[in-house]
Amino acid sequence: MKRPPKHAPERIASTEDLRSFQRMMATAVTRPMTAQDGLQSRWIDGRPMARVAAEFVKPNDRLSSFERLELYNQMYWFRLFSAIQDDCPGLRAALGDGKFMRLARAYLAKCPSRSFTLRDLCSRLVEFIRKNPRLTAPRTALAVEIARFEWAQTVAFDGEARPVVDAQGFARTPPDRLRLGIQPYLTLLDLRHPIDTYVISVKRREVMRSEASNTPDASALPGRAARRPSLPRPSRTCVAVHRHNNRLFYKRLSPAAYRILAELARGQTLTRAVAAAGPGVRPAQVRAWFTTWMALGWFCAPGNKRLPRAS
Amino acid sequence: MPANRFNGHCDYGIGIGLRVPHYSHILSKKPVVDWFEIISENFMVEGGRPLELLDKILEQYRVVQHGVSMYFGSADKPDRAHLRRLKNLVKRTKTPWLSDHLCWGSVDGTYTHDLLPMPYTFAAARRTAEKIRQTRDFLEIPICVENVSSYAEFHASEMTEWEFLSEVVELADCGILLDVNNIYVSSKNHGFDPYDYVNNVPHDRVGQMHIAGHTKFEKYILDTHDHPVLDPVWKLYARATELCGVSATLLEWDDKIPSFDEVHNEALKANEFIDGAKKAVV
Repeated sequence: MKRPPKHAPERIASTEDLRSFQRMMATAVTRPMTAQDGLQSRWIDGRPMARVAAEFVKPNDRLSSFERLELYNQMYWFRLFSAIQDDCPGLRAALGDGKFMRLARAYLAKCPSRSFTLRDLCSRLVEFIRKNPRLTAPRTALAVEIARFEWAQTVAFDGEARPVVDAQGFARTPPDRLRLGIQPYLTLLDLRHPIDTYVISVKRREVMRSEASNTPDASALPGRAARRPSLPRPSRTCVAVHRHNNRLFYKRLSPAAYRILAELARGQTLTRAVAAAGPGVRPAQVRAWFTTWMALGWFCAPGNKRLPRAS
Repeated sequence: MPANRFNGHCDYGIGIGLRVPHYSHILSKKPVVDWFEIISENFMVEGGRPLELLDKILEQYRVVQHGVSMYFGSADKPDRAHLRRLKNLVKRTKTPWLSDHLCWGSVDGTYTHDLLPMPYTFAAARRTAEKIRQTRDFLEIPICVENVSSYAEFHASEMTEWEFLSEVVELADCGILLDVNNIYVSSKNHGFDPYDYVNNVPHDRVGQMHIAGHTKFEKYILDTHDHPVLDPVWKLYARATELCGVSATLLEWDDKIPSFDEVHNEALKANEFIDGAKKAVV
């Protein structure tokens, strides 16, 4: 968003005036809140916020201009906090509430929504965590992996599905010329931690907490439900986050299988992709993998549009 | 107006919002409902479960699209990619009309995800009407704009909210989605008589109405959609129905959502006021 004018226009007589007014208001609404979750007392140029608010917002008999603007400021932030908490339960559990909220505030201040839908709110979170490691230290590497995994879930939930390439499609082209696309809704992840099982345990805990919250006596909470899942220990984990019959799934892959899919996603021919599996992999094993992947509908025609990024 | 050019000449009765906690009930029990209102943005996706579910609903029910991100009042130009996605959904749902809010919420491509109130000026009305016309021409279906609830007013305003609404819909030649709960909420927050609002909008342009619950705080009222409809709102709805005729009516319940039957029964209370309005006409 461009910098707002020094003063809100007194009259709105043109579209440009309207734009100036909206920059002023949007800057106020989206400004980070104070530690007490209120509107900041100073405007971006150092003037008292109460004076700036009074320039364009009318007070009423119960609320000052500042207080009326503050309502919008609070609603903005609480709405975004709610959305990011919904999308990142694993990251929140791993960092703890305090650190997660500091990360959320910093991320949303630096990367406000550029999409019409809150679904895309976390699309830049991985990059942000990488660029701002102090916010997640000493667990930055883990935080990056969890954020990647949770964004992959969003993509798998409602990402594009292209027409599936069937066995006949395979047979028509020799392997040294055949290139296959991977479905855009599928994300291949090569992780240093078993994030899939960690996120599952976090979700299970959330469900148990939610069920337990309906009990009249909080002491009835089972101890297991209240405990935070242990952080995952390092262990290489290759996984495909995808959907099948419109339900979300995580499929573990061997490193060799991962390499084949990653090479296909990069646009390599079938021959080169299979070669990437390495010499120790038996042809029968590769055939079995392809049979499964085809049954899951993972292959589509290759295209430049939004190929999943392998790593 | 029961059926007019702003709602595709449809006489749709009483509907409720299609919400996630009710999906399994609706799909398994197939309750009789006049129509469902969907939030367009929830289904402007490229695949997966949302569209599968929508298609199942469309097999059984009439659906009307309601948007939250067109931001007709934003100074920015309409986003063509957004309009294309919206048109794809319109083709899928065959919604007879489409509604969105008389508000703004984005500037320079940054989104607040809020329904921010407009400064009520003639220039803002002209810009807003121009964008509504462009959207309608692109989508090729009637559009109704909804009055929002608000918590702030601006010094720059040159008219009342209902005058602004009237100005916009006349300039755009579009319909009104009259949210009587929003009128009530704003009337308490800004100190005007809600009946002045209802009495003075162009009644022949009302294509749909919204009813909902709200929450009272010490110094203001919030439009929370998490309660049954309160009595003053029902009374306002009765007056609006008297003036506008029996319009397609929808109950919004978006938070602390109770069972499907509770929501539906709350919506059906509108029949009492509709019957009253019909008798008054006879």
